[in-house]
Amino acid sequence: MLQGWIQIALTLLIVVLITPLLGGYIARIFLGERTPLDRLLSPLEQIIYRLSGIPVETEMMAWQYIQAVLFSNLVMAVFVFTIFMFQGLLPLNPTDLGAPTWDTALHTAISFITNTNQQHYSGETTFSYFSQVMALGFLFFTSAATGIAVAIAFIRGLTGRPLGNFYVDLILSITRILLPISLVGAVVLMAAGIPETLSAPVIVPTLEDPTVQQAIALGPVAHFEIIKELGENGGGFFAVNSAHPFENPNGLTNLIQILAMMAIPTSLIYTYGIFANNRKQAWLIYGMVFGIYLVFIGVATIAEYQGNPAVNALLSSPQPNLEGKEVRFGWAQSVLYAVTTTGTMCGAVNSMHDSFMPLGGAVLLANLFLQIIWGGQGTGTAYLFAYLILAVFITGLMVGRTPEFLGRKIEKREVVLTSLLILLVHPIFILIPGAITLAFPEQLAGITNSGFHGLSQVMYEYASAAANNGSGFEGLADSQPAATALWWNLSTSVSLLAGRYIPMIALVLLADGMSRKPVVPMTTGTLRTDTGLFTGITAGVILIMGALTFFPVLALGAIAEAFQIAGGI
Amino acid sequence: MSIIREVIKAVRITLVLWVLVAVLYPGIIFVVGQLALPDQANGSLLKNAQGQVIGSALIGQPFTSDRYFNSRPSTTNYSTADPQNDTAGVLKTGVSGASNLAPSNLALMDRVRGKSNPDPQQAITGEIAKLQAAGIRATADLVYTSGSSLDPHITLDAAKSQINRVAKVRGLQPNQLEILIVQNTDGRFLGILGEPGVNVLKLNLALDKLKE
Repeated sequence: MLQGWIQIALTLLIVVLITPLLGGYIARIFLGERTPLDRLLSPLEQIIYRLSGIPVETEMMAWQYIQAVLFSNLVMAVFVFTIFMFQGLLPLNPTDLGAPTWDTALHTAISFITNTNQQHYSGETTFSYFSQVMALGFLFFTSAATGIAVAIAFIRGLTGRPLGNFYVDLILSITRILLPISLVGAVVLMAAGIPETLSAPVIVPTLEDPTVQQAIALGPVAHFEIIKELGENGGGFFAVNSAHPFENPNGLTNLIQILAMMAIPTSLIYTYGIFANNRKQAWLIYGMVFGIYLVFIGVATIAEYQGNPAVNALLSSPQPNLEGKEVRFGWAQSVLYAVTTTGTMCGAVNSMHDSFMPLGGAVLLANLFLQIIWGGQGTGTAYLFAYLILAVFITGLMVGRTPEFLGRKIEKREVVLTSLLILLVHPIFILIPGAITLAFPEQLAGITNSGFHGLSQVMYEYASAAANNGSGFEGLADSQPAATALWWNLSTSVSLLAGRYIPMIALVLLADGMSRKPVVPMTTGTLRTDTGLFTGITAGVILIMGALTFFPVLALGAIAEAFQIAGGI
Repeated sequence: MSIIREVIKAVRITLVLWVLVAVLYPGIIFVVGQLALPDQANGSLLKNAQGQVIGSALIGQPFTSDRYFNSRPSTTNYSTADPQNDTAGVLKTGVSGASNLAPSNLALMDRVRGKSNPDPQQAITGEIAKLQAAGIRATADLVYTSGSSLDPHITLDAAKSQINRVAKVRGLQPNQLEILIVQNTDGRFLGILGEPGVNVLKLNLALDKLKE
């Protein structure tokens, strides 16, 4: 067990080392300071600005900013949906795949534009290379860049600056962050064994019995893989995502994928520290999230390492739970990947979450419920500060001081936006559709693991949609041609859209309002937010709110299942 | 009118970014891969002496007989099918998949433990019983199905517990097989990250070569 923990510790050490470098770089980009790639990329950006007709110097007002986010995302989603529906007529389709059903295409377009990548289909049998590369791969970049742009606008507003221009930030996120890292990462992943080809699947006779043939699915995977992780997208090229040996063949590719998932959400906290000129506070928040993340990893590793007691009773010695796990990753890298992917809202998987032990699965669900154990591309960092504002308000009430954050008063409008539109939208769009679905288990739910685990399957699917994560307890019958697929495609689409755009609009409005407030001079009576005590209270607020909202789901699902297994199946 | 202006702006930026990230970027990586890393870029395919493709170094194959080292159980039988009877269309696209059985699911226990039934069609032979009949010690990797159904590896323990069985059928010395296992083991990255695994297809190919 120790060796596994050393693997995990080493990986996380690299993450911490990357944070100030990348976080500092991101800050320089959006503060308009010089960066090493200026000479190469500035001309490219000028061409993009000219071709797309963006007036670079224009600052956007809050509603202009929101309009730009919504219109650009709408146009991109329609464009991608059209590609899906005409896939049968388009090139790069060696396996002659026709158009998917309309509801699958709609759900996929919504799921990818919202940076979620919940997949109600199998990549091999549903989408052509054209659709994968030129539709899904396109949204990999733009949805991630939308998240970064909104986070930067939010940080700007919070620290008293104007919001900036959405289109400029969208383009800079791609040209300065996502694209350069992807170009290097894709080549490294290829060198490590991930394919990048346009040829059709290869059919070979098997060695043991040549009358039986094997079909080896191929594709342009390497370039897809790196931005899948870096952009917190998570939509697999193949059905089983990063468990597929062509998506994630060894320890090196697995390390790169975990680092790529962690890089931007961790670094953005440091970026905030630079914008606010308060690195101490950034590291305190970083430490708080890191602490919760470590506890989650600890619980899940112990659960998976100890394995399934019912199966262990039949074996000569206790063994880890390897159902749905690959030998090359074992329990340690499988758990680290799973906790990271649900925490960062990436949603890629290198092992099957449905087959995790109950406490392992509970940790993954908790990540989806809390949304800030690093959190999604950009949005996670913003939600973290939403919690901080809420903690300021609550502590302000407790000690009888006017709540202030970064010298600006927290008033009714801020509290309404934060609590109602950012933090309450999440449970509403998980628990209500979840309850409706569970009321009609035969007609709607399509549960495949009956009993307590079935509740977790349904709730995981909506939590994953509303948190814009995209992973799943994949046993669920949510893909065509299952009878329950239409319900799942349409109902999760609502959660996807609500979980993405309602909080985003609120974040922009909140940031805009904060930036206009006069700064109150700091006195001895000011409640400092960059202390260990305040950070601890914030952690308490996060955990208490999360537990109060979602504990019944965990109790009836994962915890009940754990007792069931302990009692013998 | 401002809405029309916004839409036109969004369409223009969509097209420009599409060319950049969905055409140019994949195009560059494709060309680099095909020119500089053709082996990996085309799927690490293995060829026989005649130059025919016989598999991929990264993708497992089904092995259940006593002449070969056996691979892990697979929900798709390693994306294989009989070409005469491929009603599911496996050979058209290739497939991957997992059981997605929860640890509390009775179907998982039936698969592992086996289930007797008066109707022999309905009875299930458990994974553990199969391994016992073959004289192989039941390790987790041989009892549980993998995440991809294509896992190319088994653990070192699983390979070692099959040495005597294969050696007896093939009339080989056990230490010859131990050497082959070591030669076909993919280690941890830098000796630390991931778990070592014995590549079953490569090991069995080496086994066939030994005979010649």
